[in-house]
Amino acid sequence: MPKLLEAIGLHAAYGASKVLHGIDFLVEEGGVTCLLGANGAGKTTTLRAISGMVRTSGEIHFAGARIDGRATEDIARAGIAHVPDGRGTFMELTVEENLRLGAYTRPDRAFREDLAHVFDYFPRLQQRLHQQAGTLSGGEQQMLAIGRALLLRPRLLLLDEPSFGLAPLIVEEVFDILHRINREQRMSILVVEQNANLALAISERAYLLETGRMVMAGSAADLASNEAVRRSYLGF
Amino acid sequence: MIGLLHQILSGLVTGGIYASVALALVMIYQSTHHVNFAQGEMATFSTYIALALIEAGLPYWGAFLATVVISFVMGAVIQIVLMRPMANAPVLSSVGVFIGLLLVFNSVTGWIFSYTIKSFPSPFEASRPLLGGFLSPHELGATVVTLVVLAAVYLFFRHTKLGLAMRAAAFNPVSSRLVGIRVGHMLALGWGLAATLGAVAGMMVAPVVFLDPNMMAGILLYAFAGALLGGIDNPAGAVIGGFAVGVIENLGGAYVVGTELKLSLALFTIVAVLVFRPNGLFGRVLVTRV
Repeated sequence: MPKLLEAIGLHAAYGASKVLHGIDFLVEEGGVTCLLGANGAGKTTTLRAISGMVRTSGEIHFAGARIDGRATEDIARAGIAHVPDGRGTFMELTVEENLRLGAYTRPDRAFREDLAHVFDYFPRLQQRLHQQAGTLSGGEQQMLAIGRALLLRPRLLLLDEPSFGLAPLIVEEVFDILHRINREQRMSILVVEQNANLALAISERAYLLETGRMVMAGSAADLASNEAVRRSYLGF
Repeated sequence: MIGLLHQILSGLVTGGIYASVALALVMIYQSTHHVNFAQGEMATFSTYIALALIEAGLPYWGAFLATVVISFVMGAVIQIVLMRPMANAPVLSSVGVFIGLLLVFNSVTGWIFSYTIKSFPSPFEASRPLLGGFLSPHELGATVVTLVVLAAVYLFFRHTKLGLAMRAAAFNPVSSRLVGIRVGHMLALGWGLAATLGAVAGMMVAPVVFLDPNMMAGILLYAFAGALLGGIDNPAGAVIGGFAVGVIENLGGAYVVGTELKLSLALFTIVAVLVFRPNGLFGRVLVTRV
């Protein structure tokens, strides 16, 4: 599979505190890649670095072009949809307005067509269309965030801990849908997760991040069968 | 009884002015979380520009439109030049900039246009009082203009993609960038729009109160009271609050405290709202679930 996104020697820092110390990774077109690691390893920062939300050095290539140093909104327009940690819901707006904003860069006609696809994956959003988004449950907000991201018609979907704060049943539902989205739309996905079992189950490639350094990279199956990974992250 | 009706009507007329300025305050508040103290002085400056254009020979509505455009640009430029670098500044710095803007606008207005009180023309000149003498043609015309402007702003924010993007940028700039909205542009547009609202209010009130560099000082206070009464984070509430303060001011002035002490009613309203209902009458009670 051709590579869609590649980071080379990526450093990132919040002010004086450095979080990423020169990591390399790549995301293949049409595949699911997961980035595992403990709390504070730099997973969220890696996604923020891709979206231009933190100061970085090093190179990030996306679809053949350098995107490091570009503004967040330009990176979104280039085709990277980012579901941030905390889900980034526009709490004050309705569900419909949230979805409309997802399609902000696209023509109105395309929005109506794509909305049908989103409802196909998340029928519950259709029932909640005119509700204030802040009143949705955590799971529904996660679905709304993914739906909003899909409406950008991205080439790459970045997901920051989609399981965070959700009941186990809902988590499984969300990951099933992500798996479907990947297969049915050939959507490339980079997912950051603490729940390594779930993430490895839907991924082809996996990386393990420890305190800002990439300590392991390989196929998801390799990581899943690795003794050290199993003991530290999979819990068996 | 007739007197009471008269007071309520003319309260609604001035209330429209307060409502416009209150809406401008709320628009800025939503994106910066501060009150733009200079909103009134910016409006006064715009009104002087309108007068200069009229004196230069432009027809009234030509000058009106030109002033709207100039004010829009002025507001946007202020956002880009002054407010953008302050995006992550502490509260006191922003407040300092707003007060600085107030003083600069006030002084520049006096310096360029002089401090002498001037009369400002009304496009609704007709000697015949309307509605059985309740309203002057100017009062009626100004109210219609105000209502049209408020309705246009409402439709813009509710039903256009750009309006939605501007609201989104004010509420949640981080998520807005992630969906591709150019937040900086939206904030500049917001400031432009707020300055325009103030300019229209200034041009509509100037024929009544006469034009001087401090014309909007009191009006800003009433507008602030209106915005607080309606809920400082709720545009529709601020508009209703503005109208309500106009009526409160007129009735209180006529029957309770007398005209000289009218302004104290604005301050009284501000204190009362902050003590008894800090979110205002229609303040958003944001429901959040985790």
